[in-house]
Order: sequence, then C-alpha cells, then structure tokens
Amino acid sequence: MVDLEAKKPCAGLLPVAHPGTELVEVDLGALTSIAPFAGQQDAVSVALQNAYRLGFPAPNRTTGTKDRRLIWFGRQMVLLAGPAPAAALQKNAALTDQTDAWASVSLSGNRAEDVLARLVPIDLRRAQFGTGHTARTLLGHMNASITRTGADRFLILVFRSMAVTLVHDLNQAMEAVAARR
Amino acid sequence: MRLTCPLCGDRDRREFYYRGAAVALHRPAPDAGVAAWDDYVHLRDNPAGETRDLWHHEAGCGAWLVVTRHTVTHAVLEVALAQDEGAAG
Ligand SMILES: [Zn+2]
Repeated sequence: MVDLEAKKPCAGLLPVAHPGTELVEVDLGALTSIAPFAGQQDAVSVALQNAYRLGFPAPNRTTGTKDRRLIWFGRQMVLLAGPAPAAALQKNAALTDQTDAWASVSLSGNRAEDVLARLVPIDLRRAQFGTGHTARTLLGHMNASITRTGADRFLILVFRSMAVTLVHDLNQAMEAVAARR
Repeated sequence: MRLTCPLCGDRDRREFYYRGAAVALHRPAPDAGVAAWDDYVHLRDNPAGETRDLWHHEAGCGAWLVVTRHTVTHAVLEVALAQDEGAAG
C-alpha cells in the first residue's frame, strides 16, 4: 500500500517571519462544528463537560487550551478543535467534520496586534480582546475566526481555499509594519 | 455606519448583507388569499420615520437580524435577533 501523506493548506507558504512578527501554520487536530438542536444547548453543554471537561463557550469566547479547545464559531455553533467528537454529542447537536475545511495559522510577536489592525475591522488590542477571546469577523475580504491564544499570539482560521490569500495579506502587512519600526 | 450585533457587538457595516423589509419574517399562510400574498410579495411601506429591515451578519456570527432604523435621521434604534421574532410567531 502507498502511504499517503495529507497536504497541509499552507504547505510551501509558511513559516514566514519579519521583525516583530512570526506566522506559522498550526495543526489543530480534528475540527468539528457542533450546532445544538433547538433548545438543546444545555444538554450539549453537559455532554461537553462529561467528554472534555469543557463548558460550552459564550459568544466571542473560547474554553480549553492547546490540545482541546472549544471556539465559539457563530450563532449557536462552536468548533471543537483537537479530539474526535464524542459519540454522546450526536444526540443533541448536528456535528460536521471540518478538519480539512480550514487553513489555521498562528500570528505571534510584539507587533502582531499592529499587523491585524491593518486587516481586521474590530479592535483586537489586549484591553478589548484578551486571551481566550474570539471573534467571527473579516480579515481583508475573507470571513475569518480570530482567537487570542496568548499575550502576543493569535489563532486565525479562514476557508482552506483562501490559504494563499491569507498568507499573502498577512505577510504584506507584516512587512509593512516591520518597515515602520 | 455601524450595527451592534446582539451576539458579536459593535461592527462595521461591511460585515453585513442587506436583505430588505422585515415583513419577510411574517409569511402569510398558504391559503391566506391573493390579497395577503400580493401584499407580502410586492407591497412595501416607504416611511419617513422608523422602518424595520433584515440584515445578515454574513462576515460575523451568521445570524439574521432585525434592524430598526429611522429613515430621516439615519439613527439605528434597535438590533435584534430575527430568531427571537420568529419564535414569537
Ligand atoms: Zn453577529
């Protein structure tokens, strides 16, 4: 048998680094969107607690950490990043495998906020957008999910088909911010 | 122009898609008759004052929103989830 190796969305594009910022691709593991059926959010929350010891995140928030994270992903939807979905979740929610659907990158460095300020129409500074906060918003003209995962670190997801544009737009902004040091 | 999404917060207009009058939430029954359907499909008020529109938070949470705004002052008076109005009937 041929042993096939999955090609990452940003293969050949990353990492890139400029003074003050670094952009790398991240492997989040399995991605599953969890959309509770009408009125079933409490039941889903219990199932998530039992399976992962994680609560159902409020809008614009995440729960968990690196290896297993729940990211609020829109109206009545969260994204489970890391483990495979627990079978118990199927009873009260629509589960959709999104593992190959998103390009995931991590932007870090002390100028990361300045880079995103050039591309994103919301305030991502720390006073407004702390660690664990997340937003569905735009990055350039792309719909994105942006999460602050650390003091100077952001997790950014866009549709996989836009990986090249994502890296291009971010790299250009990183260059421009570095040039104005 | 900015809209305050009940889920996402204060956002720029570019994140939203405009649909039209919020009458779309109140579809007549299939047997409501020609007059009711004519009104629903074709007839719209054009007020100098408060009006209610449907907007989609397309580049945000994906929710449909009912936005109440004033056509004379351009003030945005209220933004609510269409889901809540739908649930109320
Ligand atoms: Zn929203």
